[in-house]
Amino acid sequence: MEWGPLILTFKLAFVATLFLLIVSIPLAYWLAYSKTKIKPVIETLVSMPLVLPPTVIGFYLLVAFSPSSTLGEWLDQWFRLQLVFSFEGLVFASVIYSLPFMVHPIQSGLSNLSPSLKEASYVLGKSRTQTLFKILLPNIKSSLLTGIVLAFAHTIGEFGVVLMIGGNIPDKTRVASIAIYDQVESLNYGAANTYSIILFALTFLILLMVYLVNGKQLKPFWK
Amino acid sequence: MIELAFYKKLNSPSGQMKLELDLTFEAGTFLSVYGKSGAGKTSILRILAGLLNADAGRIAVNNNLWLETSKGINLKSQKRKVGFLFQDYALFPNMSVEENLRFALEKNGDPKIVSDLIALTELGDLRQHKPTTLSGGQQQRVALARALVRQPELLMLDEPLSALDQEMRVKLQDYILEAHRTWNLTTIMISHDISEIFKMSDQVLMLDEGKMIKYAPPHEVFAQKSVSGKFQFTGEVVGIEKEEVIYIITVLIGKDAVKVVADENEATKLQLGDKVLVASKAFNPIIKKLS
Repeated sequence: MEWGPLILTFKLAFVATLFLLIVSIPLAYWLAYSKTKIKPVIETLVSMPLVLPPTVIGFYLLVAFSPSSTLGEWLDQWFRLQLVFSFEGLVFASVIYSLPFMVHPIQSGLSNLSPSLKEASYVLGKSRTQTLFKILLPNIKSSLLTGIVLAFAHTIGEFGVVLMIGGNIPDKTRVASIAIYDQVESLNYGAANTYSIILFALTFLILLMVYLVNGKQLKPFWK
Repeated sequence: MIELAFYKKLNSPSGQMKLELDLTFEAGTFLSVYGKSGAGKTSILRILAGLLNADAGRIAVNNNLWLETSKGINLKSQKRKVGFLFQDYALFPNMSVEENLRFALEKNGDPKIVSDLIALTELGDLRQHKPTTLSGGQQQRVALARALVRQPELLMLDEPLSALDQEMRVKLQDYILEAHRTWNLTTIMISHDISEIFKMSDQVLMLDEGKMIKYAPPHEVFAQKSVSGKFQFTGEVVGIEKEEVIYIITVLIGKDAVKVVADENEATKLQLGDKVLVASKAFNPIIKKLS
């Protein structure tokens, strides 16, 4: 067994989660407070990865970013960015694929806060940004943690999207889930089992942490 | 001088309602807003604080224009110097009592006001406590102190005392009055409690279905004809009993139930829960020291 796929998996999950956090906070804020008519459309788009087969997302990303497509050519020309069969491509695909897992907890956390908290801060002369970072986010810590952990765990578990857009290139796009598939294909059940057990144990621990924290058992340790 | 003149269509449970107000009063006034629920009381405060947009109108506070829709002027909540006491207190759960107050300080604000307010509202022992660990009355005091940190031109209280028991109420009324006098505030308070309004306000604005129906000092608004009583109290009818030829009306004044004699004519006009004025004219009241 090689460690490469596991290290790559966690690197991918870490980077994707970081980008997800940056993208999801403004998006969830907008979804929680906006009253525009197009909101249901955006909400649907964010939730699509929950129901769509990952291969569908992977397929369209592959078509959109292939060097022969206009978008792919443009990205390559201006940013020297190749999103097909590359680590950057995996990050981008993972952000799309795990978006609902980060956006939904943050959005519901914000919606559940009493609207008067936000208003009280405005009346005290504080701007929207100050209110977001000093009042809103600190009061939805457990929602943020849920989002981070779910997005992280979900990225570890992705397979279809990665296979479509990343392929199976060692140390570049061969993440653990692909490596398992690869080992089984070559009837190497022992190695497949080792990867599987490690993923099983780690995801179990990560999810257990969410339930412990949100069930308040761990509260004294992180508050 | 505070000038309010605005108009707003509101959606209420009983259909659309037009909120219309045209009122000018002196700075330093303690104004109470009284009316049925759904009459538009909270909407008035929210429009003043800039949390709700009026459809048209003008708000000027001490010669500063806050709203003038015809000129496109509409100051954001952040720019209006208001203190707002929310019905649910809206204390920030992630901050301690002192941090809640400090958060309200302006960039170059003098932190001394925070300690002054903590002293005024007697919160010294609770400085480091988180709001969720405090009782209702304590939370209310923190909210009041926090609303005063910016030394607002307009202090607005949205039914601040409705969730508290009588003893706590009286205490908080005193805190509010003291703050009102100390900082020379202009205060607007929503209240359902007539005795509270009598105790605190200079003027009462009575509201029905979004329209102002009365604006006058409390005794003119609530007493049908003026009583030149030697002493008078307001209370709530909690009992009506018929005895031979007269009626005994039990009135709750503050914490005490008082029995008052009434004839049939008067008694049939009263119902349980009515707010009444109890006054005495002919007799000299007896005074007796308590405890």
